[in-house]
Amino acid sequence: MKKKTTALAAPFGIWMAIFTIVPIAMVLWFAFTDANGQFTLANVQEIFAFDPSKGETLWEDSFVSTILYSLWLGFLTTVISLIIAYPLAFSISRATERVQLTMVMLVMLPMWMNFLLRTQAIKSLLSESGLLNQFIGLFGFGPLEILNTDAAIVIGLVYDFLPYMILPLYSVMVKIGKSEIEAAQDLGANTFSVFRRVVLPLSVPGILNGITMVFVPSVSTFVISTLLGGSKRMMIGDVIESMFVGEAPNMGVGSALSLVLMVLIFLCMACTRLVDKSDDYEKGGLTL
Amino acid sequence: MKTLSKIYNIIIFAILYFPIVMVIVFSFNSARYTPMEWKDFSFQWYELLFQNEEILSALSVTLEVALISTLAATLLGTTAAIGIHAMNKKLRSAMLTINHFPMVNPEIVTGVAFMLLFVALAVVLPLFKPGFFTLCIAHITFCTPYVVLQIMPKLRQMDRHLFEAALDLGCTPFRAFVKVMVPEILPGILTGALMAFTMSLDDFAISYFTSGSSAQTLSVTIYSMVKRPVTPEIYALSTLMFGTVLVLLVLANIGQIRDIASRKKRAR
Repeated sequence: MKKKTTALAAPFGIWMAIFTIVPIAMVLWFAFTDANGQFTLANVQEIFAFDPSKGETLWEDSFVSTILYSLWLGFLTTVISLIIAYPLAFSISRATERVQLTMVMLVMLPMWMNFLLRTQAIKSLLSESGLLNQFIGLFGFGPLEILNTDAAIVIGLVYDFLPYMILPLYSVMVKIGKSEIEAAQDLGANTFSVFRRVVLPLSVPGILNGITMVFVPSVSTFVISTLLGGSKRMMIGDVIESMFVGEAPNMGVGSALSLVLMVLIFLCMACTRLVDKSDDYEKGGLTL
Repeated sequence: MKTLSKIYNIIIFAILYFPIVMVIVFSFNSARYTPMEWKDFSFQWYELLFQNEEILSALSVTLEVALISTLAATLLGTTAAIGIHAMNKKLRSAMLTINHFPMVNPEIVTGVAFMLLFVALAVVLPLFKPGFFTLCIAHITFCTPYVVLQIMPKLRQMDRHLFEAALDLGCTPFRAFVKVMVPEILPGILTGALMAFTMSLDDFAISYFTSGSSAQTLSVTIYSMVKRPVTPEIYALSTLMFGTVLVLLVLANIGQIRDIASRKKRAR
């Protein structure tokens, strides 16, 4: 009986093998072969602009700065989202059940408006004659040049991925009982120590989940950066896109870059895993 | 403190909704090529929307892909979850790792990986030429993990003995499955299906790399429009879609709130 039940997962296993493992294997293969299918390190060397004949790296020509730039913007986005989302998620989790349902709905609803159109709206908001500059103009400030800067990209990314930070935080915080907080207060803890010694430690799994859900898409984004940042500086996603569908495609280098991006992200994930040792199976996975 | 947090919440929600309100407002704007400058109130984009072949065909592709991949992902995910639940710890954790992979892998990497696979397969099987079929395959693949993850906790909460009891009382395994197991995990199946549908509708990056010129989803069409001036018909369509979801969610929300109220009454 048990064996039979286990076999139910077979179609899923086969499907995932063909459409998840094989494609990733192909990325690996393209990253490490040349046009004739021969093994080569040239693609990886190109990322670092490593010249084998001289044995040195030309940092200015390499993609390393692109990668670091993407990681930096992803880091900023994640930190800002966490700071904005944390108080909001906590206050939702303390509301009555009815208010909670409505607020969670309000957090999820923006995802139903296409993100490209929302980004387009932000673009016009931030532009030189946009509403934001008109507004601060009333007070005699500005105009601010936000559009086509890193700030615009980070604003767009935070705006787009904020729900992905709020929801995991909320779903963990809602499990923190009123009694835990009251017990701490009865034992003489002030607001700050209640936060530091009760609420914060109990919300760590949510924080880690939220960090993953915001960091991964913001590091690898490839549209928001071009729309809001101008085409001044590319993020790693933009480079990968141009390597596959651009005017001068180079799938080898594109694959090598994808591989680097994937490895970096899995390394970052492994770091969050070190902090949070609870079993995935027990945790019940992501809640949206 | 209470009022302070209220004000904070209102500000954040206002910022969150402002761009959406802008899209809605500009769907009623009469100017065409100055995308976000107000001129006159007009319904013309709503009328023109229903004559715009490009947008309408993208909408139908999007909905068809979402429906097909939701059905397939729900079926695949439900059987997978039941199977994985019956596995021993080692095998289960291996399967769950594979299940997690598409969810944590950057979308753009998943997209280009699919592109490489489909380009290679299309040489042998023309079916895999980028288009409707490849879109469905890709969407099923990234939707299924969400279904699995929604059903696993429900299986864990289920009393194992109920299923055995049904067998002892003379049910065939299939009947016991339908009569006992399905009702227990149904909420998981439904949320899983809803998530799959949402993910499929919302996806851009993976569709971008897997759709050909023969079948494009809405978000891919919008992307090609964002580069040139956006046609306001798309604002009109987005407003209609957003309105539909808003109404549905509000109805669901009222239903849930009623549920809570009646539960409280019974508890008293």
